Amino acid sequence: MIELKNLSFTVDSEEGQLEIIDNLNLTLDEGKVIVLTGPNGGGKSTLAKLIMGIEKPTSGQIFYNGKDITDLNITERAKLGIGYAFQQPPRFKGLTVRGLLSLAAGKDLPEDECCSYLTRVGLCSMDYLNREVDSSLSGGEVKRIEIATLMARELDVAMYDEPEAGIDLWSFAMLVDTFKRLAKTEHNSIIIISHQERIMQLADELIVIADGKVQIQGPKDEIFPKLLSEFGRFTDACTLRGEAKE
Amino acid sequence: MNILDFKFDSTLTPVDRMMIAEITDLTGIPDGALSIRKNGEGLVSSSSANVEIRQKTDKPGIDILVKPFTKGEEIHMPVIITEEGIVETVYNDFFIGEGAEVTIIAGCGIHNCGNHDSQHDGIHTFNIGKNAYMKYVEKHYGDGDGNGKRILNPVTVVNQEEGSYCEMEMVQIKGVDSTYRKTKVNLAINAKLYILEKLMTHGDQIAKTDMIVNLNGEGSSAQIISRTVGKDNSTQIFYPNAVGNNSCSAHIQCDSIIMNNAKISSIPAISANHPDAQIVHEAAIGKINSDQLVKLQTFGLSEEEAEEVIIQGFLK
Repeated sequence: MIELKNLSFTVDSEEGQLEIIDNLNLTLDEGKVIVLTGPNGGGKSTLAKLIMGIEKPTSGQIFYNGKDITDLNITERAKLGIGYAFQQPPRFKGLTVRGLLSLAAGKDLPEDECCSYLTRVGLCSMDYLNREVDSSLSGGEVKRIEIATLMARELDVAMYDEPEAGIDLWSFAMLVDTFKRLAKTEHNSIIIISHQERIMQLADELIVIADGKVQIQGPKDEIFPKLLSEFGRFTDACTLRGEAKE
Repeated sequence: MNILDFKFDSTLTPVDRMMIAEITDLTGIPDGALSIRKNGEGLVSSSSANVEIRQKTDKPGIDILVKPFTKGEEIHMPVIITEEGIVETVYNDFFIGEGAEVTIIAGCGIHNCGNHDSQHDGIHTFNIGKNAYMKYVEKHYGDGDGNGKRILNPVTVVNQEEGSYCEMEMVQIKGVDSTYRKTKVNLAINAKLYILEKLMTHGDQIAKTDMIVNLNGEGSSAQIISRTVGKDNSTQIFYPNAVGNNSCSAHIQCDSIIMNNAKISSIPAISANHPDAQIVHEAAIGKINSDQLVKLQTFGLSEEEAEEVIIQGFLK
């Protein structure tokens, strides 16, 4: 379970101090698929980065299974079983796809296991194993490899930041199936940042984040119908209709 | 010493064997021609049916003659210096016969535990015959805990005849205090050149490279790639120059990672003396991308481990 208490994150801007996360309180129960949604710039990605330790809160605390992890660095949180898939993953010159997956797994992964992860994210695995994760790969390919790196890890909490971004419609359908399987079999808890209806439909719980605060939180069946009506201002109506981002 | 009298395990000291393994991966007597030079003298020299190694009589060094149409032969020629105060200039001339295909695995390691500098200047001239293929792998390495510097100044001249292919991989990753590398390549009709230089400097090391590639023949081409990492207070200067004197193509690519207080100058130059010469250069110097570091840390690697993975991949 992750508990965020009075969490704030402020950055300096030309207009002065900007509250990205504003005294936010939130409990993320374990064993659930939780989808964070809301408008761009509302604080969703920052929240995930604060949980991962990539950003440090200006104030407030983060608890993980009852332990205060606010002062732990990224590496220490990763070793506790927390993982994060970037919205825009970096590329690595000289590092092969198999090498990256092995680093993620913390061991030298056999070829068949790497292939299994790659196939599940819609890549023809043998074509990719020995390719470098560099600029020769498209944005969509790098994104899918990024998702595969989280699959290769034994994670307690897996956070995926807009997994649909940059992925074509056909692959997106496959990805939704993959997340369904992940929720049942692998990660204990999954947190997905998304604007996509089909991703939201996977959720046990939906949370709308806007203006650095939790606007609404609850079971998917209760929250989702409200999104297009009273909370429509927090969402992108086009994506809610199920149109994948290109 | 005759090859028959040479025993890899007993003629060489443990330090010798470690140095040779570092620069050539050799752990025993290889098949094919072999020349080992140690502390300013030829230690062992052995020819094969197709490759003759001949000692020079007028100056230090050897001539390496590869018969035309030799196929798939490897030539190993490590140089090691394990004493302080040795300064040598060695002249090695290679003659690769028409249509031959050879791989030359060279390298120089200096183990200096003393207070006097040790220096090896290897002057190599490669004459690559018509339609011949040559791959040249050279690794520089230094270690030892003395204050004496480990200095390597290679001079390489390559003359490529029509239709020949030359691939050169030059690696210097650790322990060499000062290097000034000079390389000159002349390409004839349809000759092709590929050069990959991988360099990492640390401490107060200095590495300088001057390279000129003359694309003289119609249809000749060259690709020159430099990947370097500069750490601590080290200095790197890389100056490659591709000159198109005919209808030809060339591409120079220099990528460097800069860390700590290192200084890196990457100055690719291109010149065209023919309207159908197509020559491109690109150069980039920058820090390690912070997203790369963070990504690897989310796998549980420490910042230092992540940095090492990124550098090793970059120099792979």
